[in-house]
Amino acid sequence: MPYFGSEETVKELKRALANPHVQADRLRYKNYITKVIRYMTQGLDVSALFMDMVKASATVDIVQKKLVYLYMCTYASDKPDLALLAINTLRKDCADPNPMVRGLALRNMCNFRMPGMPEYIEQPIVAGLRDKASYVRRVAVLGCAKLHSLQPNTDIDGSIVNELYALLRDPDPVVVVNCLRALEEILKDEGGVVINKPIAHHLLNRMKDLDSWAQSEVLTFLLRYRPRSDDELFDILSLLDAFLQSAHAHVSVATLRLFLNLAAAHPAVQADALLHTSAPLLATCGSASRELRFAGLCHVQQVMRSQPGLFGTHYKRFFCGYSEPSYIKFRKMEILVELVNDENVALVLEELRSYCTDVSPELAQAAIAAIGRIARTYSEKCLDILTGLLALKQDHITSAVIQTFRDLVWFCPQSTAAVCQTVEACVDNPQDSEGKQALLWLLGEHGEQISSAPYVMEGYIDGLKTELSSAVKMELLSTSVKMFLCRPAETQDMLGRLLHYCIEEESDMCVRDRALLYYRLLQRGVEETRKAVTGPKSDPSMSVLTGRQEEPISLWASTFNTLGPLSGRDLCLQTDIISASEQPSSSAEEELLPGSKDVTLSSPNDTEEEISLSLGPPLSHETFEKMWLDLEILHRQTLGFPRPKTAADTLQAALQLVKIQTLAFTPGDTVPWKAYLYTRGTGTLILAELLQEDPDEPGSEGSLVVSVKQQPGNQHTIRGFVAILKSVLQTLHFDRL
Amino acid sequence: MISQIFILSSKGDHLIYKDFRGEASKDSINVFYEMVTALSGDQPPVVMTHKDHHFIHVRQGGLYWVASTKTNPSPFTIIEFLNRLAALTKDYCGSLSEKSVRMNFALIYELLDEMVDFGYIQTTSTDILKNFIQTEAVSSKPFSLFDLSNVGLFGAETQQSKVAPSVAASRPIMSSRGEQGGKNEIFVDVIERLSVVIGSNGVLMKADIQGEIRIKCFLPTCSEMRIGLNEELNIGKSQLKGYSSAVRVDECRFHQAVKLDEFDNFRILKVCPSQGEQTVMQYQLCDELPCAPPFQLFPSVEKDYVNRVLIFLKLRCDLPPKSTALNVSITVPVPKGSVSMSQELSSPDQTAELQPKSKALLWEIPRFPGGAQLSALFKVDVPGLSSASLLEVGPVSMSFELPKQTCTGLQIRFLRLSPTQTGLSQRWVRYVTHSDSYTIRI
Repeated sequence: MPYFGSEETVKELKRALANPHVQADRLRYKNYITKVIRYMTQGLDVSALFMDMVKASATVDIVQKKLVYLYMCTYASDKPDLALLAINTLRKDCADPNPMVRGLALRNMCNFRMPGMPEYIEQPIVAGLRDKASYVRRVAVLGCAKLHSLQPNTDIDGSIVNELYALLRDPDPVVVVNCLRALEEILKDEGGVVINKPIAHHLLNRMKDLDSWAQSEVLTFLLRYRPRSDDELFDILSLLDAFLQSAHAHVSVATLRLFLNLAAAHPAVQADALLHTSAPLLATCGSASRELRFAGLCHVQQVMRSQPGLFGTHYKRFFCGYSEPSYIKFRKMEILVELVNDENVALVLEELRSYCTDVSPELAQAAIAAIGRIARTYSEKCLDILTGLLALKQDHITSAVIQTFRDLVWFCPQSTAAVCQTVEACVDNPQDSEGKQALLWLLGEHGEQISSAPYVMEGYIDGLKTELSSAVKMELLSTSVKMFLCRPAETQDMLGRLLHYCIEEESDMCVRDRALLYYRLLQRGVEETRKAVTGPKSDPSMSVLTGRQEEPISLWASTFNTLGPLSGRDLCLQTDIISASEQPSSSAEEELLPGSKDVTLSSPNDTEEEISLSLGPPLSHETFEKMWLDLEILHRQTLGFPRPKTAADTLQAALQLVKIQTLAFTPGDTVPWKAYLYTRGTGTLILAELLQEDPDEPGSEGSLVVSVKQQPGNQHTIRGFVAILKSVLQTLHFDRL
Repeated sequence: MISQIFILSSKGDHLIYKDFRGEASKDSINVFYEMVTALSGDQPPVVMTHKDHHFIHVRQGGLYWVASTKTNPSPFTIIEFLNRLAALTKDYCGSLSEKSVRMNFALIYELLDEMVDFGYIQTTSTDILKNFIQTEAVSSKPFSLFDLSNVGLFGAETQQSKVAPSVAASRPIMSSRGEQGGKNEIFVDVIERLSVVIGSNGVLMKADIQGEIRIKCFLPTCSEMRIGLNEELNIGKSQLKGYSSAVRVDECRFHQAVKLDEFDNFRILKVCPSQGEQTVMQYQLCDELPCAPPFQLFPSVEKDYVNRVLIFLKLRCDLPPKSTALNVSITVPVPKGSVSMSQELSSPDQTAELQPKSKALLWEIPRFPGGAQLSALFKVDVPGLSSASLLEVGPVSMSFELPKQTCTGLQIRFLRLSPTQTGLSQRWVRYVTHSDSYTIRI
């Protein structure tokens, strides 16, 4: 933080440091040097004192030396010519009889980040590699890496690399690990340090001598090693077995990662390793350090993707502590939802119920949503709780409950009757736009079961002028039309008023266009409208009992014990952006033609079948393949007819018309026939696979099966996408008939 | 690898900044601070990303301890390293606060210089570091003579019931050489964290104990120390308890320096403690409490007049009569519409207030003797009260500290330094149980 009068301060310090009286008094002199460092930390530019500080480095006082070195390393790049003056002192120190002084000087000399340094430090580094004190060798080994980073484009010095490989046999464990680190950096362009069999075995044998930091780092390096035979593999694993239970979380997790990667071909070994590490992982979830707790929880979630049952008996460990920060509570709730089973459901629900009245609205809403997720399997108990919550008459709770009801009805149609009864009985309506939209959707879809529906809707139509959110208005339009179809007598008048208002007075174009669309649709007749407006009332693809599929461990083993699981979706998106920008041609094209390829089938935010798809920048085959492997299938549907027997390019062209890009397909009549497609819609990327099994095979019925993956997930878009895809394929199919 | 490490105060002042690799600008401190203060509650703030730069931070002692990196390292390693850095700072400076970090910044730079080189962790062991650290700590709280005489009075008794002054262990491990008296101390702390959920019917629904044995050693050199635990200590779920007063834990893990050759038969840990604080053993016990939960609550919540809720709390402490719970605080969430509260408490040292921000009432009891029962009556005014609002009262959460008490019953039988150290060395054993999370549903 720069202070006012900073120039004055610097001048004053300069005067003091140059004052011979101060220089004579060791303590006062050191005090002033300390002050300089203090200002430097605070962000004040004290580089003007460089000369005086160089002078101060010629001292026997090691503390003072260290402070001055810190100063010089910070400012060396700004004052390269002055920094050269300090080098003489440093080089002299590199030959000091005291190993500590030698190491200190060498380390700091290598830290000077300025051009011209390499010629001065090369010789002391080489000498340092052969120093008899391990402290100096440690510094010198990393000095090689620093030297390389100062001159990144020069050729690699083979003699140094060889010397470093030789030093892997050094008696000092830190030297060994530093050698690995230095080699990794120097040989980065060639794929990093080579871990061959002798090196791997040497490292494994040294594991016990290393401290925990070095252990976890060596374990990461060993990920690169592929054992020749199963015997060797099992020897390595049994050697490392003890580390799975290490008292240091980072060691046990690093060991687990190595196990999962090495034993990729032996699922039983992987499962066993996971079982062994579950105790240390659970312990980190209860650690005193919140940050460690969070990291533990994120990794528990990863493990649960493949082994949902592993933590089943420990569900109580994921109950939230009242003083925990909300980012931990959210994770715990996500885990609790996954762990619910017949025995613990009552206790888990009771626990979640107590979070619903939390003072933080976000937390309360998340808890309600969590109960909603459980309701898909245990609807009765959950509905009781949710209904009870409505009695609290808290805006944010009501809104969250209504939204939960909407999702529940969609995924779990058998709960519809109970939900409608509750909605009917609920007196006050949600106040925020998400809640309003959810309530309106429920009224529109199930209006015939809620007797008061038209009156609730009338309230919204009357208050239309004060409604700010256009999403709510659009939802209101859809709801009114749907309601009109099932209860025309009560609704006709208000629908008229609504359409009139939206067409004549509404300023938002999307709402106006939507109103016009419905108006024209109604002009075509009620039956036409019904055909267009009504869709499925529940998710046709999901049956209640399908739980989450267990994923293979290999899907996540590569990101285990990295920042990935902690930063959640953000990091994935980031890498996506990076991978997209790796194809400069396509992104440039995209910039030239902003949105020109977009075709809006209808306005966004619709609930049902209308969504807009766009092609966006092309995906490369590699990116597609990678994402296809990373994502999980969100939707799978049997289309009910075989693949169109048109020529490949006709199919491709037809799909392009609706902005679906075909990436690859199997030629002609090969069986099974497959095609891979992708498109973009409402900010998400959709990947799809069409698959036709051999029609002669029993059970396949010769029908096309479409599997959809999406990032980030949005069920609406998927439904829209599938509808469009289906209609195109259907058209092609019947055309050929 | 780490590219920068910095320590910020809660207000964003730069206390320590060290750039190890020169691959990021100094600007990143401000970027980090802006990001961390702009966070809303629902984002995970441990890892944050700005362009290709990841910030990993922990909060300790009210400070932000941040590491930034461009690679994708193990989060466990970085978090544990930052925690270790904070612990070492505490060891060397005596306490962990903005003030002590400010006063000892030269020392912390020196520590960092030895701990990390070019972004790679070199060592964090006090045994190695003490050879290189030359700066002397400036203690923010001078070690007063009064404390010294206090410590001397009780003498070196290990099987004692006396408690060392709680501040005795919060001083720098390497304070000025030459100063004598009370310096050769070793503290062995058994610390348990209790997390409990009690259902509305008074039934124990969840009980977890996370415990650890921590040594804080001020001896400059220490040869092997033997710590004897309860002989009848059982480990694992399988063993039957029988009729003896056996102490049981589910599992335990040890520091890698602990020698366990006498553990299986005699429950003796052998360790050569290095200077500073270290955890020699961690253990946990799940789903079961060997003793009764320390507090039972008998609440009653009623609607009084039109706009008033009566909350009557009767709290009983089920500790043995000789022990006492300290700093007991009880938080009761009240309806969101509450505006004011009046209370009737049974003694003047208790306090109670309505916290408008968290919509909860806080009842604080500084001392709560075992076997005692306290009650309090709160009248909360809630305009527009409905009967459903009563559902918003609860769950009650408590925090407290139980000195001289372990819930598992784990005890240290003896503490032997062998061979006997020259000079007087004082050995202290302290027990404490903290409430990690103690929730009682209404």
